Amino acid sequence: MTYAIQAEGLVKNFGTTRALDGVSLRASAGRVLGVLGPNGAGKTTAVRVLATLIAPDAGHATVNGFDVVRDAHQVRRRIGLTGQYAAVDEELSGAQNLVLIGRLLGLPGPQARARAAELLAEFDLTDAGDRRVKTYSGGMRRRLDLGASLVGRPSVLYLDEPTTGLDPRSRGQLWEMVRKLVADGVTVLLTTQYLEEADHLAHDIVVIDHGKVIATGTPDQLKDRVGGQILNVQPVMLEELDRLAGVVREVTGVEPNQGDTSVSAPVDDPAVLPAVVRRLDAAGIGVAELALRKATLDEVFLALTGHTAEPGGEPDAPAPSTPSEQPQQHVRTPS
Amino acid sequence: MTTVSQAVTPERISPINTIQHGLIATSRSLLRLRSNPAEIIGLTFQPLMFVALFVFVFGQALMGSWQDYRDFVLPGIIVQMVAFATIGTGMTLFTDIDKGIFDRFRSLPIARSAPLIGAVLGDLVRYVLSLVVILVVGFLIGFRPPGGVVGTLAGAGVVLIFALALCWIWVYLGLIAKTAMTLQMYAMTLMFPLTFGGSTFVSPEQMPDWMAWFASVNPVTSVTDTVRGLMLGGPVAGPFAMTLLWSAAIAVVFFPLAVRAYVRRT
Ligand SMILES: Nc1ncnc2c1ncn2[C@@H]1O[C@H](COP(=O)(O)OP(=O)(O)OP(=O)(O)O)[C@@H](O)[C@H]1O
Ligand SMILES: [Mg+2]
Repeated sequence: MTYAIQAEGLVKNFGTTRALDGVSLRASAGRVLGVLGPNGAGKTTAVRVLATLIAPDAGHATVNGFDVVRDAHQVRRRIGLTGQYAAVDEELSGAQNLVLIGRLLGLPGPQARARAAELLAEFDLTDAGDRRVKTYSGGMRRRLDLGASLVGRPSVLYLDEPTTGLDPRSRGQLWEMVRKLVADGVTVLLTTQYLEEADHLAHDIVVIDHGKVIATGTPDQLKDRVGGQILNVQPVMLEELDRLAGVVREVTGVEPNQGDTSVSAPVDDPAVLPAVVRRLDAAGIGVAELALRKATLDEVFLALTGHTAEPGGEPDAPAPSTPSEQPQQHVRTPS
Repeated sequence: MTTVSQAVTPERISPINTIQHGLIATSRSLLRLRSNPAEIIGLTFQPLMFVALFVFVFGQALMGSWQDYRDFVLPGIIVQMVAFATIGTGMTLFTDIDKGIFDRFRSLPIARSAPLIGAVLGDLVRYVLSLVVILVVGFLIGFRPPGGVVGTLAGAGVVLIFALALCWIWVYLGLIAKTAMTLQMYAMTLMFPLTFGGSTFVSPEQMPDWMAWFASVNPVTSVTDTVRGLMLGGPVAGPFAMTLLWSAAIAVVFFPLAVRAYVRRT
């Protein structure tokens, strides 16, 4: 298999912060590599190194065989970058933004305008093309930004958290566009904080935390490592939380994550569900809510690193954090 | 739908590419100016206000005749307004970096210096614009410099030379500033003493010794005196030599600093 992007032991320090601490990763040509990590993990820093914007302090990386430091110009001829924040000129119209990049890439005026029109059409921005970007919605800006990174038809595309802040519909549209690009043979490196997004788009995933790669694999492999699903149990009476945790520990064989109002634990086998119900019944613990749900990024982290994604965040952050009144409601609704 | 051929980017960047890319980046600054009426109004309003304030509020009191003061102060206001306009270069750069627009440019296979060239050349047009506004307003209120068209154009040229040197201070500060606020603060603390503590609005002879001394070494005084000499008549060679010296000194210090800061951020 040929790799479009190869990075070996990338290190990058900002003052005393070690943003990248020996990151190695590979993106296969024509596939999507998802780089998954919480805030401050080093995702953007990695993208900036791979997009020739900053030089690593140690390690090296190549894109299509060209070194990102020594052959930066050759790398730039092949890449497109959509940064974490839309990098379009707000004072100009969408069309002007795209034409400008086309001109910089050596397209003659008419060709640059034609390419701009083509991209505006593709990204559903034809009607807004002549309006100033200032008047665009967040989703429109994102689409224009993606369009801007495609003017030169790159063979390698970096998308840094492309859907953060988008509503579900825009997110779906963007995913669709990424799939189309991949079908055309573009290699995509996509960073995200959402396991779901990586799940939908990525063929391969690299999980980074504190500047280090803590896991690599396909989405399925990763989820297997976490345990496919998460069992979440909420007692009727909060005083029973500890006993409940004990039962869950016994049945699942793993140390459950105890939140303020519920207990959760990764499970591999859906058959634990009836087992848990039976054991809780036998122990006389009233259950307000019992559910199996998909693992969230936080749980991937918990499973991989033993700490939650958000340092200082609530320990059971992604669990359906229930307002304190809710357990009482459940008391009145016999389950 | 028209099919568009693949862009052919150069195998390596030649000096001709650098010029091309620099000019395209410049066209962006001009497009921004054209599509942003607010900026044109701002660029026009400030000179208008200064001319009106100084000529009609202080003129009579300062010189006993607002017409005399008008002739004296207009070259000063030209220098001050163009000097103020150079701050904008730093602001634009700061915003471009802040918004990630520079990152986009820097990820393209174009000349490294193109965005910098674009920012400075594009702003040169803004400097000219504010200069023209003051001259037009001056003309409307009866400013007829004895130096004539030639003297006026020469004066404008001198101001632009100085501005082209001065703007590198702002390019540098725009590149190193952490927030827009700090940049604004630099602008205030630097530009007010420079543009008011010179021969801009009153002759330094009227100032206390220490202030007169400051005014005499202030580059804004040299530029203003040169422009006055060219437009109104009077000594030119001395202040012009000082202007060139100052411009060279500022450029020699800040151009490399700016380029280094630019490469750093790269
Ligand atoms: N220019 C910089 N100067 C100083 N510190 C920086 C700089 N860029 C990044 N860092 C630090 O490096 C670490 C990694 O940052 P990075 O932006 O790569 O994280 P990220 O994974 O993209 O996070 P997010 O999800 O919040 O975008 C953070 O601790 C950040 O504060
Ligand atoms: Mg980031």
